[in-house]
Amino acid sequence: MISARNLSQTYRSGSQPLTVLHAVDLDVADGETVAIVGPSGSGKTTLLGLLAGLDRPATGTVSLLGTDLAGLTEDGRAGFRARHVGFVFQTFQLIPTLSARDNVLVPMELAGIGTPAERGARAESLLGRVGLGDRLGHYPAQLSGGEQQRVAVARAFANDPRILFADEPTGNLDADTGARIIELLMGLNAENGTTLVLVTHDLPLAERTRRVVRIAGGRIADAG
Amino acid sequence: MSRTGSGFALRHARRELRGGVRRLGGYMVAIALGVAALVAINSFRANAVRSIAAEARGLLGADLRLSSNRPFPDSVSALLDSVARSGRRVTRVTSTISVAVAANGRSRLAQLRALDGVYPFYGERSTEPAGQWGTWQDRRAIVEPSLLEDLGVRVGDSIQLGSIRMVIAAAATDLPAEVTFQNALGPRIYLSSDALAAAGVLRFGSLARFHAYIEEPDAAALERLVDRNHDLLTRQQVGFDTAADQAEDLASALDAMGRFLGLVGLTALLLGGLGVASAVNVFVRERRDTIAVLRCLGATSGAAFGAYLLQALGLGLAGAAAGALLGTGIQFLLPAVLGAAIPFPVRVAVEWRVALTGMLLGAWVSFVFALLPLLAVRAITPLHALRQDVEGGRAWWRDPWHWVVLALLLASLAGLSIWQARRLPVGLAFTAAILVGLLVLWSAAALLTRVVRRVFPRRASYPVRQGVANLFRPRNQTTIVTMAVGFGVFLLASLWVVQRSLIGWLDVEDRRSQPNVVAFDVQPDQLADVRARIDARALHTTELTPIITARVQAVNGRPVAELLATPRQPRIEPWALRREYRHTYRAELKSSEQLAAGQWWDDVDVVPGLARVSAEHDVARSLGVDVGDRITWDVQGVSLESVITSLRRVDWARFETNFFFVFEPGPLDAAPATWVALARVESDSARQGLQRDVVIAHPNVSMLDISSVTATLERIIGRVALAVRFMALFSVVGGVVVLAAALAAGRGARAREIALLRTLGARDRQVRRILLTEYAALGALAGVTGTLLGGTAGWLLARFLFELPVRLPWAALLGFAAAACGLAVLMGTTLGRDALRRPPLVTLRESAG
Repeated sequence: MISARNLSQTYRSGSQPLTVLHAVDLDVADGETVAIVGPSGSGKTTLLGLLAGLDRPATGTVSLLGTDLAGLTEDGRAGFRARHVGFVFQTFQLIPTLSARDNVLVPMELAGIGTPAERGARAESLLGRVGLGDRLGHYPAQLSGGEQQRVAVARAFANDPRILFADEPTGNLDADTGARIIELLMGLNAENGTTLVLVTHDLPLAERTRRVVRIAGGRIADAG
Repeated sequence: MSRTGSGFALRHARRELRGGVRRLGGYMVAIALGVAALVAINSFRANAVRSIAAEARGLLGADLRLSSNRPFPDSVSALLDSVARSGRRVTRVTSTISVAVAANGRSRLAQLRALDGVYPFYGERSTEPAGQWGTWQDRRAIVEPSLLEDLGVRVGDSIQLGSIRMVIAAAATDLPAEVTFQNALGPRIYLSSDALAAAGVLRFGSLARFHAYIEEPDAAALERLVDRNHDLLTRQQVGFDTAADQAEDLASALDAMGRFLGLVGLTALLLGGLGVASAVNVFVRERRDTIAVLRCLGATSGAAFGAYLLQALGLGLAGAAAGALLGTGIQFLLPAVLGAAIPFPVRVAVEWRVALTGMLLGAWVSFVFALLPLLAVRAITPLHALRQDVEGGRAWWRDPWHWVVLALLLASLAGLSIWQARRLPVGLAFTAAILVGLLVLWSAAALLTRVVRRVFPRRASYPVRQGVANLFRPRNQTTIVTMAVGFGVFLLASLWVVQRSLIGWLDVEDRRSQPNVVAFDVQPDQLADVRARIDARALHTTELTPIITARVQAVNGRPVAELLATPRQPRIEPWALRREYRHTYRAELKSSEQLAAGQWWDDVDVVPGLARVSAEHDVARSLGVDVGDRITWDVQGVSLESVITSLRRVDWARFETNFFFVFEPGPLDAAPATWVALARVESDSARQGLQRDVVIAHPNVSMLDISSVTATLERIIGRVALAVRFMALFSVVGGVVVLAAALAAGRGARAREIALLRTLGARDRQVRRILLTEYAALGALAGVTGTLLGGTAGWLLARFLFELPVRLPWAALLGFAAAACGLAVLMGTTLGRDALRRPPLVTLRESAG
């Protein structure tokens, strides 16, 4: 399902190169749920970005669903994500100028899924599933943080992805709201049989996954 | 872009526009103003050309007009008689100038139009009281209303014209305006030919123009008449214009003004384009997160770029459509603004083609100006959604698309300028001026950020330090504010310098040593008396100049007829051989003349049997002669052989009696001459008294008060200048809108900063001082740079294009700089005030969401 080999990433810090990930190998099986944990600056988010094809590694390869991302162009990787990948971000990252319903429509439109009516019905159904059936026309600024993240979760499942990447999904929420988001995320994940890779500091969330990968200093300390 | 991608781009653009119109509203207004300016002036131009075509015969009042500087010779009179015998109407009109004196003692120089029949054949003339047009027999005159005002008389009163008294029968209320120098001489008085003869104002050498108006409604017959008599008329130096010729001349004169105004309008559109670029730049910056998320969710760079390009296009098209509507409305105001500068009534109608062209141009300008900042969309990496500090993409100069877009921008700018100017060199010069202006403003902004960073006022108070630091912080507004404000100032200042130089040059009163009255047509027997009368009132001794009319008979022994008949004479221009010359003789060069070749009389030997003559440099070239060549003159029937001993360059702009040919004293002393007297008479009343005295004693002498002529010309120039400023106003308002749009687009970031500062404990006064420091610095930079640029451009235009002595209106220029500074401060602090009114928590919560 997900296979990373010898992944390294280097950024420039001033005039000096800074290696933030060192020769990481990681395999995630179909339907598996994996939490990547580690201290700040350990390389968790960098690893997530590389696994999702958001960036090219300095060395190494990433294969998703048997497709080597290195063989795809930037737009090719975008198209791959549109069809097979969902995202949940720490800062929700809803599009501020679109309503909740329109935000959920975006991945389906990018993937070219269904007719407009079918897409609309699915967006409304997903928002109903996350408890926002009465907030379809609300804009992000009119929603609380928890509600925004629920819209983001609905959006993440809109294109019926095979893989879901989540970056600190509860990082910007209080404990109670975070717990409700975890329930939703895990519930929808189980219903859809999605492979889930999430980065988190939240131990209760990490413990809900099947495997916890610990990372430190850009290296895998414990593959779980 | 795939079909899915393009479908997404369209849907996403539509959805985002719903919420984004408010943010990019300023951009729409900037484009709308530019399009409005262009559509208004181009529609008006089209209206005017259409009106001229429709009214061609009415404007001339006839089908054909013959004109000459001397009474028609017998051959031409015979032609006119034969036309009249064929049943067509022919009316002769003699135009000259003279002073009208009222019973109350007031006097005014006027243009006399003496008619021997009906005129015009087409169109009507209204009078007050009604129905009096044409009743100028029996010493009745019909006058322009301004004469009544100037003389303080009414219809029914009498006026003295030369040696007769005439009754004012009516005032003509709708005479077509005439944009000629003569029109500036004074109001028109219509009278009969008999009355003019009786007035005795026409004598040998008088300044007069003779016209014959001919009716020939059949176009083919008119063409035959002109063709058949072409040679006769040319030979007799009689000019001829058909109604169509005159319409063409008018249209081309108007077109020149329209082109100039159009370029001013185009500036407004380009400024709108700049506004688009600035607003889209800020818009894309603010949408970075959204675009990164879209890329994460699978949008290709093409789909993301397309979504935002479609938004820019949609808004540009909407702005352009609004502008086309606005411009179509504004064209109805232009006849009122231009007023006397347009010599005929313009029928205003909606010009759909012009409006549509303007709309498409506006949409195109929005498109090309939006492209450059939109290219940044392609460089936004999806990783930015996870890590805010990640900046994607390569340096812009390494991206070939940036160069393609820059080339497209430049080609569009040049193309639009050439299209609007309709002249390649003018269009290119305009493009260059715009580019240089923008480059200088951009460089000034870049220089300012560097300088303030280097000489940062570390010891100043915190608000000043923060305000100065805002000038060079990331995402600062230094460049856009400097360019938007500076460009408006640049435009206004340059126009102002040209206008002031033009009016300053015309203002005889301001040039203390220059003459301000001139008496024409003084006969030798009147010379002593006229001189005595002028000397009694003049500041300096009266300058008297003899004028002798003559024609070229032969050049270097070859008769004119032979020269004209010889083909391939590229060096000789026929007009120079055919024209009637007015010569003078004197011993010295004048201050307005410089020797370009040869020697003046004292330094050159007398040639027995030949009169020595000095030729003006340009006319010598037109005649194909040089120093040493011989010209034989026909001086009113007497042959005079001359040799060119020098060439002179003449400053024609000086108000002095200047001549193409100046003879040495002696050979022309005995020739029949009239005299011109020039003098400076200080007070208005002295000039009026002199005018009155001279005209009563010598009806044929025309006495001109140059001050009143220049006042009329100033009024006409003032109207044109008003029209230019009216069009420039669009650019200035456009600049303000661009500034407002740029500031509004950055309002979110500015509001967050202010909220943060207030959260950290900054008081309102401190925040205001920060804003004041930043915008005062920006305004001052824009104002000073724009003024310097405008002053320089105005100086160059006045000096080299209009060839005027330049006057820099320092007070006005300083005013422009101060106003620009005030505007920037006002707009910057107004936006800050809004942010200060809201509780910091609300702003911070909104910006986090």
